[in-house]
Amino acid sequence: MEQRRKERLDRGVKVRSDGLYALMSWRELSYLTLPRLVLILGIIVLPFVMPNMYWQRVISIVCIYALLALSFDFLAHFLGLVSLGGAFLIGVGGYISAILNTTFGLSPFVTIPIATIVGAAVCTLLLFPCLPLRGVYFAIVTLMYPLALKRVIEALDLFGGTNGILGVDSFPNSWVEQYFVIAMVLLFLFGTRRLVNTDLGLVFRAVKDNDQAVKASGMSITYYKAIAVFIASGMGCLGGACIVHIFMWSGISLFALDFSIIPIAATVIGGGGTLVGPVLGAFILVPISELLREFGTLRIVFYSLALMAFIVFRSEGIMVYGERKYHQFERWVKV
Amino acid sequence: MSEDQPILQVKEVTKAFGGILALNRISFDVHEGDVLGIIGPNGSGKTTVVNCITGFIKMSSGKVYFRGKDISGKPPHKIADMGVTRTFQIMRPYYSLPAYKNLVIPLFSPRAKRTGGWRGGGKLGDRNTVGIDILEEIGFERDSYVPYKTASTLPTGYLKRLELARCLALKPEVILCDEVFSGLSMSEIASMVPLIERLQMDGITVVMIEHRLRELFRVANRVLVMNFGEKLIEGTPDEVMANEKVKEAYFGSEDVEEVMTHA
Repeated sequence: MEQRRKERLDRGVKVRSDGLYALMSWRELSYLTLPRLVLILGIIVLPFVMPNMYWQRVISIVCIYALLALSFDFLAHFLGLVSLGGAFLIGVGGYISAILNTTFGLSPFVTIPIATIVGAAVCTLLLFPCLPLRGVYFAIVTLMYPLALKRVIEALDLFGGTNGILGVDSFPNSWVEQYFVIAMVLLFLFGTRRLVNTDLGLVFRAVKDNDQAVKASGMSITYYKAIAVFIASGMGCLGGACIVHIFMWSGISLFALDFSIIPIAATVIGGGGTLVGPVLGAFILVPISELLREFGTLRIVFYSLALMAFIVFRSEGIMVYGERKYHQFERWVKV
Repeated sequence: MSEDQPILQVKEVTKAFGGILALNRISFDVHEGDVLGIIGPNGSGKTTVVNCITGFIKMSSGKVYFRGKDISGKPPHKIADMGVTRTFQIMRPYYSLPAYKNLVIPLFSPRAKRTGGWRGGGKLGDRNTVGIDILEEIGFERDSYVPYKTASTLPTGYLKRLELARCLALKPEVILCDEVFSGLSMSEIASMVPLIERLQMDGITVVMIEHRLRELFRVANRVLVMNFGEKLIEGTPDEVMANEKVKEAYFGSEDVEEVMTHA
């Protein structure tokens, strides 16, 4: 019997568009820029094509999940720190922004940057003792953080206790709100993509690959982990600060487990380690969950089925699959 | 600081893993420019000595001095930053990165920024270029594709060199080599020996753990024999070879000459 085998080859245009040579023709240039343009324009156009206020609000929420997914992917695939503490970041950023807004009367555009940086610093400080942990242990400890903080706020009746902080200012209007979060997602997406390709990003990847060798190279792994956790926490806290201003309320529901779990699901669907994948994953997952709302409690069943289908049939993730199809062609050859 | 002060002093270092005494009051000095070989049967504590000196494990008691400064109990990255570097017996490259990118990481360290890499005069250029330069000097052919290959695809011989290259990127003063010859073919070892001799000519102090005695005795000017976590004897290669205790402990009842020819 004749035996055949599938062969994968890089497209000529991929090879040609590596490096400076890409600038020599429009075809190569568009090969590089088109996917990025489609992504950027697609996200920018989204608020216009949404039918009503409800779906416009969904976009803002999707973007916040996208930020969280980005932060998860960055930590998990470039540092080897699997963090289940998305809700923790959202909560810290949200509370800081809400407190600044209600007690000092600062505008959202002042509170959000402050909450991002101060929140990131607070999260890094609180997570600092867990940085030597790896793998499952880091995941479990970070999962505990939002739960613990929630109980502390409840029990000590801090920051309005179970009622939360009411009367937080909203964004001037829904357009500003949506384009602000969209801009933030794009900024952090391309920012982290650039970061992981610098020498500092290389050190991050080295910490994941082999932390003993990094120690032997005269570098403190805790220091580099702390830098990365600061960046990732910044993204999460930014999301939290935005959410508080979108819902005009800050409360213990900011520590909901959704903020920890959905980003991970988005990363699995989108393709880990690509950074774009998790963002796309959030843009697929969260709307699906909204669409399924009319099924009531059955929603979870459909949702899990969709997730399972993705994991079984496309376990590598959409983005990894898409990149492969874009860069390579396949053909059958005789053996 | 006097001229003849040892660059590395190990004093009464003891390490116990639970009830097992892996190192029992080991003391030795390494002088600047020396190549010290550490030999001993399997499980005699050779790697544990290196781990204790470089801070990868905490010693139970004892002191290690580098240029008269107490480095015992310091974290490994601080010790590496001072110039006491090590290779690992089981190679630890960054498998997902190309070989030359493996060197960008040590070149990113504070020490490399101060010293500028192996040959650097304090100023570090483009890290990729410096990395490829170091790889070339250590035996990766520049014009071939080897420096650009992902570390996971490289054979053992290149990975062992990559281990050394990582140390060299820090412009070290002491290199502790944990079995750089093990797992290599005869011809690969033959090409590694001049490399060690070159390090010595560069003024780098080398401590080598080795099982390949013939090659070790060619490069080492002092040899330390360990057995069951204790120092058996220290001396020149000739003294060690002639010693009866060494013959008993290390070579068993066999004739030394015979072992040497089969090594």
